Amino acid sequence: MPDFDPLFFAEVLVGGLLAGVMYSLVAIGFVLIYKTSRVLNFAQGSMVLLAALTFVSLLERGVPFWASLLLALAAMVLLGLAIERTVLRPLVNKPPITLFMATLGLSYVIEGVAQLVWGTQVHGLDLGIDDKPFEVGGILISKFDLVAAGIAAAMVALLTGFFRYTRIGLAFRAAADDQFAAFAVGLRLTRIWATAWVAAGVVALVAGLLWGARLGVQFSLSFVVLKALPVLVLGGFDSIIGAIVGGLIIGAGEKLSEVYIGPFFGGGIESWFAYVIALVFLLVRPAGLFGQQLVESA
Amino acid sequence: MSNLTAKSTPVSIVDRSTNKEVNRPIPVPSPTLRLESITLSFGGVKAVADFELTVDTGEIRAIIGPNGAGKSSLLNVISGFYRPQRGHVWIDGRKFAQVPTQQLARLGVARTFQNLALFKGLSVLENVVIGWAAVRHANFVEQIVGLGRARREREDALARAGEIIDFLDLNAVPDRLAGALPYGLQKRVELARALVARPKILLLDEPMAGMTVTEKQEMTRFVRAARDEFGTTVILIEHDIGIVMGLSDRVAVLDHGRKIADGSPAEVQANQAVIDAYLGVAHDDAPEEVYA
Repeated sequence: MPDFDPLFFAEVLVGGLLAGVMYSLVAIGFVLIYKTSRVLNFAQGSMVLLAALTFVSLLERGVPFWASLLLALAAMVLLGLAIERTVLRPLVNKPPITLFMATLGLSYVIEGVAQLVWGTQVHGLDLGIDDKPFEVGGILISKFDLVAAGIAAAMVALLTGFFRYTRIGLAFRAAADDQFAAFAVGLRLTRIWATAWVAAGVVALVAGLLWGARLGVQFSLSFVVLKALPVLVLGGFDSIIGAIVGGLIIGAGEKLSEVYIGPFFGGGIESWFAYVIALVFLLVRPAGLFGQQLVESA
Repeated sequence: MSNLTAKSTPVSIVDRSTNKEVNRPIPVPSPTLRLESITLSFGGVKAVADFELTVDTGEIRAIIGPNGAGKSSLLNVISGFYRPQRGHVWIDGRKFAQVPTQQLARLGVARTFQNLALFKGLSVLENVVIGWAAVRHANFVEQIVGLGRARREREDALARAGEIIDFLDLNAVPDRLAGALPYGLQKRVELARALVARPKILLLDEPMAGMTVTEKQEMTRFVRAARDEFGTTVILIEHDIGIVMGLSDRVAVLDHGRKIADGSPAEVQANQAVIDAYLGVAHDDAPEEVYA
C-alpha cells in the first residue's frame, strides 16, 4: 500500500460523492412514492429504463431534442396516471407486501412493454455535456458528474420546498402520515397518489437521461434500483434530504473502500460494500438517518 | 377562558337596509340534519333499525346508549362510511342514500373519531391547517402558477388555524408533533382540526373517552363555546351520562339499534325504558349472583 496522499484521497472522495448523487437521483423517485403512499415502488428502475429508452428512441428516429424530451415527459405523466388508476386504486388498504408485489410485477410489465415498443438493442445517449475531467486545486473532477449533481441539487431544492411550503405539499405529508385520517378530513387521496406517481415518473426521466448517458440505454439500466436501495436504507425511505445524504455517503464509502480497503481483499468490493454500510445502519438506525420516527415526549 | 364566555353572549346581526347592528332573536330553528328511517345491518345482524332523528340548527344533540347499541354506526352513516340498507340522510335540505365522504367537508360537516385520526407525525398547527386545506381544494396548477394567490391562501389558512388554536387554548403547543402530546390534548387538537373550517355540523364520537375529570370539564366548555361562538350544530356520542345531560339540548337513547327515548335531558332521565336499558330489568327467576 502506497503512502497516504491527501490529494489523491480528496480526488477519490469527490469522485465518490458525485457518483453518489447519481444514486440519489434514483432514490428520490422511491422516496416520492413511499412518502405519499407507503409503497416501496420496485418498478422505479423500470420507469428509469422506459423514460430513457423512449427519449433515445425518439431522438434516433429524427425527433428533435426538446420534442423528444417533451414526449418522453408526456409518456411518464401518462404512465404515472395509469399506474394510480389501474394498480394503486384497486389495491387500496391492502397490506404493504401486496402493494410491493404489485410493483414488482409492474416492473416486469414496464420493462417488457418498453422493449416491445422500442426494441432490445443498446443505445448510446449523448446529452451534449462534455465529459472531460477538469482540474480544481489539483483534483480532477468530471464535468458530467458536476452537471448531474447540479441537476440533483435543483430537484431536491424544488421538492423540499414543495413539501415544506405549499399546501399541497402539506396534504402530501398528511396522506403519508395517516391515510385514514387524510381520507376522514376529505383530502383527495387518489389525486395525491396520482401526482406522486407522475412526479416519480418525471424524476425517473431525469435519472434515466443521466444514467443512460453514463452507461448507455439498455435493459440493465433498470438495475440502478439495486444501487438506490442501500441509499434508502441509509437516508430513510421517506426523506428527500435523506436520499441525497445517503447517496453521498454510499458513493463516497464505495469509492474510498475500494481504494483503501479493497486491496486487502484483492479488490472488487465496490459493488457490494454499499450493502455492508446499509446493513450496519439497519442495526443502528432502522429508520435511517432522516427517516420519520415518532419522538415520545418525556 | 373568560374570553370565551364574554364573546359568546349577544347575538348581533347587521341589518343590511340600515347598516346598523340590531339585536334580533335567534331565527326559528329548522332541521340541519335529519335521519329518515335509517336501517343498517351487517350480515343479517341489525345494527340500527328504522332510526329517526332530527337535529335543529345550533343544537347540541346527544345520542346515548349501552355499548353496542349502534351509536357509532349512526355517526358512520352520517359521515358516509356506511351506506344504510334503507333510509336517507338529509343534510341542509339535501337528501343522500349514502353521504359522499369526500364532499363531507364542503357540505359543512366535520367530525372527530373515538380513537383519534390525527396526523401524529405533523405538528399541531399543520394538523389544524389541513382541516382548512381539505375544504378549499385549490388545485395543483393554481398552487404552482398562482404564486401570489397561493401565498395569500397560505396566510389565510395560517390565520384561521391560529384563531382556532387560540380559541381552544392550544397556544403552548402549535409546533409540537401531535403524536407526542398527552391524550387529552390530542383530542383537543382533533377538535381544532374539525372546527377550523367552521363546519355547520360537528360530529363528536366520544370526545371525552379516556379523559380525566378536568379534561372532560374543559372539553365540555369548548364544545359549548364552539356552538355559542360559531353557531355549530353538534351531534355528540358520549358514555359519560353526567356530561351528556349537562351539555345537551336533546338526547336520543339507543338500545339494540332502536330508539327507545328522545327528548330533553330531564325527560330522558325520567323515562322508564331508559332506566331499564341502563340498569337492567329485574327478573324474578334469575337470582343475582355476585362473583368476587
